[in-house]
Amino acid sequence: MASWGEARDSRLIGQRIPRLSGADKVTGKAKYTFDVNQPGMLYGRILGSPVTHAEITAINLSEAEALPGVKAAIPLIEPGKRVRYQGQEIAAVAAETDDIAKDAIRLIRFDYEELPYVVDVEEAMTEDAPQLHEDRPGNQSKPGIDERGDIEAGFAEAAKVVEATYHAPVQTHVSLETHGHVAAWDGDNLTVWASTQAVFGTRRDLAQHFNLPEDKVRVITEHMGGGFGSKFGPGVEGRAAAELARKAEAPVKLMVTRKDEHLVSGNRPSMTQHVRAGATKDGRLIAYDLRGYGTGGISGGAGFTGPYVYHVPNVRTEKFAVSINAGNARAMRAPGHPQGAFGMDSLMDELAEQLGMDALEFRRINSDSQPRRNEIRQTEYTLGAREIGWHRRNKVPGAGRGVKKRGIGMGCGQWGGGGGKGTQARVTIHADGTVEAVTGTQDLGTGIRTVIAIIVAEELGLRPQDITVKIGDSAPGLASGGSGGSQTIGSVTPVIKTAAIAAKQKLFEHIAPQWGVEPEALRAASGKLYLASDRTKTISWKEATGHLGMETISEGGYWDEELRIGDVAGVQFAEVEVDTETGVVKPIKIVAVQDCGMVVNRLTTESQINGGVIMGLSYALLEDRVMDAQTGKMINPNMSDYKVAGTMEIPEIKAIALDTGRKVTGIGEPPTIPTAGAIANAVYNAIGVRIRELPITPDKVLSALAEKGKA
Amino acid sequence: MPSKVHVQTTINGEEVEFLCEPRQSLLEVLRDVLYLTGSKEGCNNGNCGACSVILDGRLVNSCLVLGAEIEGKSVETVEGLAEPDKLHPIQDAFLENAALQCGICTPGFIVAAKALLDKNPNPTEHEIRYWLAGNLCRCTGYDKIVRAVQDAAQIMSSEVSA
Repeated sequence: MASWGEARDSRLIGQRIPRLSGADKVTGKAKYTFDVNQPGMLYGRILGSPVTHAEITAINLSEAEALPGVKAAIPLIEPGKRVRYQGQEIAAVAAETDDIAKDAIRLIRFDYEELPYVVDVEEAMTEDAPQLHEDRPGNQSKPGIDERGDIEAGFAEAAKVVEATYHAPVQTHVSLETHGHVAAWDGDNLTVWASTQAVFGTRRDLAQHFNLPEDKVRVITEHMGGGFGSKFGPGVEGRAAAELARKAEAPVKLMVTRKDEHLVSGNRPSMTQHVRAGATKDGRLIAYDLRGYGTGGISGGAGFTGPYVYHVPNVRTEKFAVSINAGNARAMRAPGHPQGAFGMDSLMDELAEQLGMDALEFRRINSDSQPRRNEIRQTEYTLGAREIGWHRRNKVPGAGRGVKKRGIGMGCGQWGGGGGKGTQARVTIHADGTVEAVTGTQDLGTGIRTVIAIIVAEELGLRPQDITVKIGDSAPGLASGGSGGSQTIGSVTPVIKTAAIAAKQKLFEHIAPQWGVEPEALRAASGKLYLASDRTKTISWKEATGHLGMETISEGGYWDEELRIGDVAGVQFAEVEVDTETGVVKPIKIVAVQDCGMVVNRLTTESQINGGVIMGLSYALLEDRVMDAQTGKMINPNMSDYKVAGTMEIPEIKAIALDTGRKVTGIGEPPTIPTAGAIANAVYNAIGVRIRELPITPDKVLSALAEKGKA
Repeated sequence: MPSKVHVQTTINGEEVEFLCEPRQSLLEVLRDVLYLTGSKEGCNNGNCGACSVILDGRLVNSCLVLGAEIEGKSVETVEGLAEPDKLHPIQDAFLENAALQCGICTPGFIVAAKALLDKNPNPTEHEIRYWLAGNLCRCTGYDKIVRAVQDAAQIMSSEVSA
């Protein structure tokens, strides 16, 4: 059984190491899918439906095909089928330039019969709403019901009960690089550069689509510009790129437009929850009754967590999804959790106030039913409260003086992220001393490339930059799963680690006989091999590998589950300033304390925490997919009206990457969970009026303050 | 098809000539005609700043400038910042501060930061934030980006005074 060893023996693990691909990224050399150019390459574009709900009766591509420079056009929907949301793909073209492709899109003629639509969740549940699915009466999925304990007995025991409705909007991923592919055929071999979170998943999908053996399809993702859960397969656009390339007999680049990215490339479902919860006089959460729903678009699910984190013995929940005429949900950074956490942490604060109890104390009492997580969470409460200055919060919410009022709040989260089987990797040592680590995972910007180098370098006694990491390519045939669920590090690094151990062992077996010792007597450090019992007996790495002659060491690894752990806890604290004249909420500071298992690269781990916080903050204060009920269209499918946080909105972020043992865990998702709840609670602490609906925009703040003024 | 426009210009200090469609944007010219793909397309309508370049000393979104407009002008892109064996101090500072993750917005931020420091070598934190408000990032949290620009400003001004 392998182990990461003790922290004090680690030279590299846990240090702050700049990412290996960093120089390429800051100089513009790094090639993303969008940047791939191939000889004779054409530009693809998709015609998305301008109407929200219609039966397509005919598609005519001939005018588009006749435009000079157009090399291929294909339908993406059969006549007789329906488009069921704005932007749904109708046809695609490939042309010599992007401008010609744009012109060709305008020349695609199609006939349709418009159908009634509904894009508002509440309206979709009314009696006379258009019915979008035969098997979803009232446009509602069959509710999932969960019952534990005795809810009535729980409420009977409660000293205080809070009843509230919380709402969170649909959020879109807004990856800076849109979905897209470059597809090139060579005979019946297909090569696809893909902006994807799943190189091997994309290969499988395309192989099945074209009925090819998997080894005839190569998928490459050297660098990719964000995915956040939305990029797990080629999708309609990737298959279209490959279809167009085959038809045109030329490589095709097809990147989704920013507008279509908002409309069709996935989103986080909305959430509405009506919840009633009770606590005993001594602060025990005792009963929780929830009815909730959300929309994941035309057919997507809309699950969310609730109750969340805190222990409740008596629970009844009923949750369902509502269909509307909008693009489907996809996994988005901790699916279901940020919306659930916002509801739960708002509720916790409301209950604590009813009980006359400090909100942090109330959380400590109900912290977490899982012992390991509970222990870590209690530490996190202490660290975070100290860092934000919890004692400074308003004892009476809204008690601050002046126009600009400050407040402090907190929120919690939990996540799996332990990884799993299914990664193959090789560590190869060449006679010239060079070392390669190869596996089929992909780096979404998380830093896994650098983490792999750190782990191999640590094991072999080299520097991270001595290791050539080859990932993001299916050609070596070393499969790895998609990067989602914060599973990458837990899935990949145990295999890399055991491969590196095996490769080192092989090298020791070459050198040991020459020294007349057993391989176990050797060690590797600082670019040398040496004898454990006599550190003066050394051989340089390069000299040692020189003994391989014509041989190469190339070892695989295995997934050792003892090297990784899941089920992490996170806690965040926020301080905000609310301008009571303009309604603007300005975050002042956010403290994120995150259980990180064993931190491999502190620099990039903190970046991930920062990134999670910014996305959570943006969700709390800015982001909202706005649909127009009249036209059935999204009003803000761009990057100015769909607001994502920028430099002016982001406060000081204090990321505390907590080492909680010697096992790796993924933290791409957990730090985005607690932020919205923490901010909402801070706003309440500042102004004494609770905003139960995200995003907390100035109009909501001003309306709430006006209501309070009337009361 | 409209006839192409012949353009003579200077890009990253080198004289360049190219043919482009009258309607092609500078971003398209850089990426699809000259294969300088360091300037990125994030939105193609001036919202995200990933395509930032410096045109005759002014920071612009190259997706909102026509290729034909740069006749006789001078353009700086991210590719022109580093020397052959040495990164620009802003690039170094981005690396040191881990001010990037996926990195696709990074060239835009770096070019924008260069334009700022060219004009104002010692910006306040507020000035940096205000200046970079036209660049969007979905990964890194901006905090580290602001720190990187502060560090770069300090290093560059000490280099000048040394």
